[in-house]
Amino acid sequence: MLDTEPATATASAKTAVRQGVTTRRRRGRRLPFSQLLVHAVLAVCLVLTLLPLVWMVLSSFKTQGDILSDPTAWLPAHFTFGNYAQWFGPLNIGQYFTNTLVVAAVTVAGNLVFCSMAGYALAKMEFRGRGLVFTLVLITLMIPGVVTFIPMFVTVSKLGLLNTYASLFLPFLATPLGVFLMRQFIGSIPDSLLDAARLDGAGEARIFTKIIVPLCKAPLATLAILTFLSSWNNFLWPLVAAQGQNTYTLPVALSLFSVGQSATNYALLLAGATLVILPVVAVFIALQRYFTQSLVGTGIK
Amino acid sequence: MTTVTSAPAGARITRAGRGRPRRHRPRLAPWVFVTPFLVIFAVFTLVPLLSSFAMSFTDFRATDVQNPLGAHFVGIQQYQAVFSNPQFLRSMLNTGYFVLVGIPLTIVVALALAVALNNGIKRFRTVYRVGFYIPVVTSIVAVSTGWKFILQPNGPLNAALHVLGIQGPDWLSSTTWAMPAIIVMAVWRNAGTLMIIFLAGLQAVPHELQEAAMMDGAGSWRRFWNITLPILRPTILLGSVLLSVGFLQFFEEAFVMTNGGPLNSTLSITYFTYNQFGFGQYGLASAASYILFAAIALVSVIQFRTLRSRD
Repeated sequence: MLDTEPATATASAKTAVRQGVTTRRRRGRRLPFSQLLVHAVLAVCLVLTLLPLVWMVLSSFKTQGDILSDPTAWLPAHFTFGNYAQWFGPLNIGQYFTNTLVVAAVTVAGNLVFCSMAGYALAKMEFRGRGLVFTLVLITLMIPGVVTFIPMFVTVSKLGLLNTYASLFLPFLATPLGVFLMRQFIGSIPDSLLDAARLDGAGEARIFTKIIVPLCKAPLATLAILTFLSSWNNFLWPLVAAQGQNTYTLPVALSLFSVGQSATNYALLLAGATLVILPVVAVFIALQRYFTQSLVGTGIK
Repeated sequence: MTTVTSAPAGARITRAGRGRPRRHRPRLAPWVFVTPFLVIFAVFTLVPLLSSFAMSFTDFRATDVQNPLGAHFVGIQQYQAVFSNPQFLRSMLNTGYFVLVGIPLTIVVALALAVALNNGIKRFRTVYRVGFYIPVVTSIVAVSTGWKFILQPNGPLNAALHVLGIQGPDWLSSTTWAMPAIIVMAVWRNAGTLMIIFLAGLQAVPHELQEAAMMDGAGSWRRFWNITLPILRPTILLGSVLLSVGFLQFFEEAFVMTNGGPLNSTLSITYFTYNQFGFGQYGLASAASYILFAAIALVSVIQFRTLRSRD
């Protein structure tokens, strides 16, 4: 998306030189040098940004003894998969993976269906209460989880849903942010398209599935990505609602290990953290084009 | 808000009602489309929002869950209790510290990265952009677990500082340094978000203006200060508001790295609320959460104003 260069620095610099600008001495040899300098600074920043993650991943292959004897070493003295073996074996991380993935998948599916439906109604249909619904959506875009989690906890426990998958995905199955996003996009679809279909006798359901949804691929991709991310990384609510290993999500499991009896088993915890982070980073790198588009497109989050 | 929604609606009526009276049959379709969302929204957002408000005026405790009506109305007692609780006051200070230091730092870092990426670089742009954004997609719990070890007294950070001749503190065990350490991690994790937003904003800076200024002899620093920055101001404001809504709720970093300590020096408002919930003090916790909500609402109002002024 950001491929169109607003100002080619070289061209502008040439203009500047031609105009005999005298403010800065280095203006004349600015062309290659400034580029190099920017690259150098950016590269250093990039290394600094990625260093903590690289250190985590490398250290996850160390033995606990290695970490204790030389915590600053980059490469493991005794390369081991032992920490990972422990996670996949006795610590049962497979279960937490499944839990997190199931919850994220259902949440994404729910948001795709329900938010686009609601977005369509709010953008293209008139009905009493539409203004009110949309106002409520706008107002609650930014509701912090900490305000609602206690009554949600009471509700979920009254419904007997504590410690079930349902308790983890139900509250996020259709979010105001998703509705807002879909409504904004669907609003930009020309009415004439829909009116033509209506004249041909198409019902709303048909218009929705045959016209709206196919046109909404980009925002739906955005919505899927944002929802997946927030579900995978969600913490406060799963921490409260998941009360056993059968429902712990990855962040919850990791946090309980890191404040529990494994608190000093650094290598093990770093392997766990790597397992939580790596799938998302991989997905991100694969879909990075859509990610950055989505952020700019919504202006939200 | 009404103008936003009624204008297209009005336009549609005239079009659909061509040659036909304006009155329609009562329509069921819109509600079929909206209802799934509305049900979830009502049960898990709207009602909880109202109930926690109501709860904040009662002595609701964990033991009242089976019989919510057994709780008593206590007026503003919970709010009084919260505001006279030294832990809560501390958590407000800490949250303010985190936001007021963390947000400007993140803005400066993100702005520097965005401007650098936007000026003349052709190669590796995507690599940089993706690289700087990677921390944003990571789970806070997971990266906090990693940073906890990076920040150990004999960990890699202090080793690096040692090379520079600096004796690093025991970051997370120091009442002075625990919060700055958490802020550094937050800046690291969030700068990518703002960088992307700023990059989009920088596209709006007309390069004719830059060139004109250059011809007038303005150096790059002056051009940044007098042209780029003023044009970018709404974007910066928007970005900082979006970010501060998240920063105001900070919790996971402290939960994993410090447990809110040492001596409550990293206890946030969300953490305080979570603790009170753990103690079964639902009424008190709700009052605390509503105070945070008020702060976030205030910030959101500012956001809507900026959003509207952008249109």
